Amino acid sequence: MTFDNWLPLSILLTSLIPGALIFMIPEERRGLRTSLNMGAAVLKLALVALMVWGVRHEHVYETRLPLAAGLQLVLAADALSVLLAALSSVLWFVTTLYAIAYLEHSPQSRSRFFGFFSLCVSSTLGIALAGNLITFLLFYEMLTLTTYPLVVHRGTPASMRAGKIYLAYTIGGGALFLLAVAWLTALTGPLDFTGGGVLRRFADPHAGELRVIFFLLIAGLGVKAALVPLHGWLPQAMVAPAPVSALLHAVAVVKAGAFGIVRVVYDVYGIQFAAELGVLRPLAVLAAVTIVYGSVRALFQDDLKKRLAYSTVSQVSYIALGAGILGPLATLGGMVHLVHQGLMKITLFFCAGNVAEGAGIHRISRMAGIGRRFPVTMAAFSLAAFGMIGVPPMAGFISKWFLAAGALAAGEGWVIGVLAASSALNAAYFLPILHTVWFKPPEGPPPAAGPTPRGRLEIGWMLLAPPAVTALLALTSGLLADAYLSPLWWTRLIVDREYLP
Amino acid sequence: MTGIETIAADVWIAAAVASPLAAACAMLVLRRWAAALGVLGSLVILGAVAGLAHQLLLLGPQQLVVGGWDPPLGIRLRADGPAVGMAGITGLIGLFVGIYATAYLRPLAASPPHGERLFWPLWMFLWAGLNALYLADDLFNLYVTLEVVGLASVGLAALARTAAAVAAALRYLLVSLLGSLAYLMGVALVYAATGTLELRGVAAAPVGYAALALMSAGLLMKTALFPLHGWLPPAHANAPAPVSALLSALVVKASFYVMLRLWFELFAPLIGPATAHLPGVLAAAAILWGSLQALAARRLKQLIAYSTVAQVGYLFLVFPLGLAGGSLRPAWGAVLFFILAHALAKAAVFLAAGNVLKAFGHDRIADLGGAVQQLPVSMFAFAVAGVSLVGLPPSGGFIAKWLLLAAALEAGRWGYAGVLVGGGLLATAYIFRFFSHAFRFVPESVLCCGLPRRMEGCALLLALGSMALGLAADPILALLQIGLPETGAAGAGGAP
Repeated sequence: MTFDNWLPLSILLTSLIPGALIFMIPEERRGLRTSLNMGAAVLKLALVALMVWGVRHEHVYETRLPLAAGLQLVLAADALSVLLAALSSVLWFVTTLYAIAYLEHSPQSRSRFFGFFSLCVSSTLGIALAGNLITFLLFYEMLTLTTYPLVVHRGTPASMRAGKIYLAYTIGGGALFLLAVAWLTALTGPLDFTGGGVLRRFADPHAGELRVIFFLLIAGLGVKAALVPLHGWLPQAMVAPAPVSALLHAVAVVKAGAFGIVRVVYDVYGIQFAAELGVLRPLAVLAAVTIVYGSVRALFQDDLKKRLAYSTVSQVSYIALGAGILGPLATLGGMVHLVHQGLMKITLFFCAGNVAEGAGIHRISRMAGIGRRFPVTMAAFSLAAFGMIGVPPMAGFISKWFLAAGALAAGEGWVIGVLAASSALNAAYFLPILHTVWFKPPEGPPPAAGPTPRGRLEIGWMLLAPPAVTALLALTSGLLADAYLSPLWWTRLIVDREYLP
Repeated sequence: MTGIETIAADVWIAAAVASPLAAACAMLVLRRWAAALGVLGSLVILGAVAGLAHQLLLLGPQQLVVGGWDPPLGIRLRADGPAVGMAGITGLIGLFVGIYATAYLRPLAASPPHGERLFWPLWMFLWAGLNALYLADDLFNLYVTLEVVGLASVGLAALARTAAAVAAALRYLLVSLLGSLAYLMGVALVYAATGTLELRGVAAAPVGYAALALMSAGLLMKTALFPLHGWLPPAHANAPAPVSALLSALVVKASFYVMLRLWFELFAPLIGPATAHLPGVLAAAAILWGSLQALAARRLKQLIAYSTVAQVGYLFLVFPLGLAGGSLRPAWGAVLFFILAHALAKAAVFLAAGNVLKAFGHDRIADLGGAVQQLPVSMFAFAVAGVSLVGLPPSGGFIAKWLLLAAALEAGRWGYAGVLVGGGLLATAYIFRFFSHAFRFVPESVLCCGLPRRMEGCALLLALGSMALGLAADPILALLQIGLPETGAAGAGGAP
């Protein structure tokens, strides 16, 4: 075993081991816990950066551990896995910072929170680096289990109820996924993810079964990706603390589902083969329905986090939509949205958390004039919201542009209609928020200041810096979309490798 | 070569059976030192089993003819992969449960003086019976060991001395005796028909079928397969926590183990696909019924006991999957692995429940709010072991279920695949029903007593063991499959 064999496992262990250690830290040792958290986050960033460099230069990173007959744990880095790994390690870093400040006064155990928080990130990285379906399944289930304690962290009746709904959906989805993976393995034996797909050679006697398995896989993944009608848990899970929501919506749970769909379409079935089986069109239609449905529901939410949640339902399906259209441009648009949606949505949730924490405001109708009180937070929020709508030059514009171009190239003109409708709806539910925040006069007496100490800044720097940074990242990845190592640039690399074997 | 290779296998085999017996006798004399002798004895037994495992890996299956007398006069013991695997898991669990018991039984020993002093000799007799049962190689010795295991278990179940516990233990005693009796009648029939007590195929004559029915019925009673499970939940739920752990993790598996040996070795020629599906159907019913009862349970230990009723169902899936047209080896390996995974997880869960009972003074699920805050280690152990019970990765339970699922799908048995997946969902429901109370935030402490550290530590170590089992599945599966019965493999099941 060389260093290259160990790198994927090491990346996983940089949050697994700290996670286990954090559980054992006594509650009052705040400094120790914080340094362990941040140290692990920095170390992981460094290792992932190394991996980005290596994959760019065609290094092969692979850890292979046999579990049992026919079961192998494979952690491997290809261009696609690095995309999610880089996104999650960057966003983990900022979210950890944010969470430390956000939960400072929480009466619940912070060691428990950060322990599971780290395990949750390990699961996400495991999903990113999984080299076959079984490894993916393993971390996919681990993600469910490690996020449950985060969702119910506050232990209130509302959060317990949300936790129950969350589990019912995700464990059910996991069972479908397990069944599909076991069935596929029984048909074909163990298979590694391979660019261009691996199932074509089994098509001859098994085409019908492969179709059924495809939809079982998508159903299992669709629960986490919140595809309609499997999205019910996501708006409920809003009762979780803001950093958890941010993580759930941007990198962890929802993204795991979307990423899984991308993996299944490109690296298990192969998009060409999936198109020949006739399973792509239904996927695209399902994604389109979800996009429109989520946006419509978002229009009618007054609770800010709920509106954002329905917006996630809609936005994540762009990724599935990209996977449902044959052709390099659509693939590009869908995959790059993995990163773009993450950056924008995490910003929005950080901002919602700041407003809730700093002023105790949860409802949009009570946010009149709040822009004066939280200028930086609301500026970040506005940038991200414009991105979601798809205003150039924000990141969201890039995704929508390539999706539209790809749909045209594939002769799927109807997608343009969906994108246009969705953008109009996005504008319809985001612009009124911006109007309320910036242009309406504040009403009533100023709300009582929250428990966060206020200096010259509108809110503690550890709560302010994360949304500012992620908003700027969302801006630059749109503005400098063609720059070296930008998300778009990297996704091009993936697409080139996928379509030109 | 020096060192332990030079010690003959029969020394290890003899030590595995004789050392718990010796410890039990010593305890009857040196009552004061029972606990210390018990922990020491556990280490010795575990060492003997480890030596035996080493021998098995080096040289293959071993046997010991006691006193040099050949059967049918003498006793022959045989150590193959399954036997050593079972003895090994018994050793591990026995050690940790024993350490746990030294703390758990203390107050019990203070009020009525018998608790701890009776626990140790009974448990050592039970342990001797278990090890002898795993190693036994003929029908009559299996009967004797079954009886030893049954009586010692009943004694342990009655240890709490509450009215409920004594009533449950009496019921357990009756079932156990009835089961042994049925088994013994079967043995007599086999002996009359074949003139031997060895585990070799019997001919497909009516007397063979009668023996099959009698012996299986007896063993199903002892294993508590639905619908013969009624005695188990009260007996396991009312015993002291370490006893519950031993009964649920090990004792029900012992009679199942005998059934496994009988069906695959003795009765293999008699079992057609239809016969093999009968336990399969009961298994599905057990999984469903046990899980539903666990969902409805009001007390934590009751929930866990019903979970055992459900999990026993999975064991019996081996018969349809291994004998009705499927391939034998994968199914056999899967079920033995399932036994190990369930034993570790169930012992951990019962110990964690014992901690809850001690700390809260009760185990009413609805009133356990705040448990996660105030007993974080025990609850973490419960959760980790629960993951294994549900069969989610990366636990031992996941590997076991995956192997069973793969065997079911490869044989095209969709019904059993559905049972496996559905059973997992139900298990999630009952495990997390508990957590939906335990996670509730309660501002101030509601505990009545503190816990010694080793009580939490033992639960946690067993739970982590059930997780580690999943990561070390490959070598363990290889060990379990040494010396599998090749006779009567699938072919006997009437494979096409």
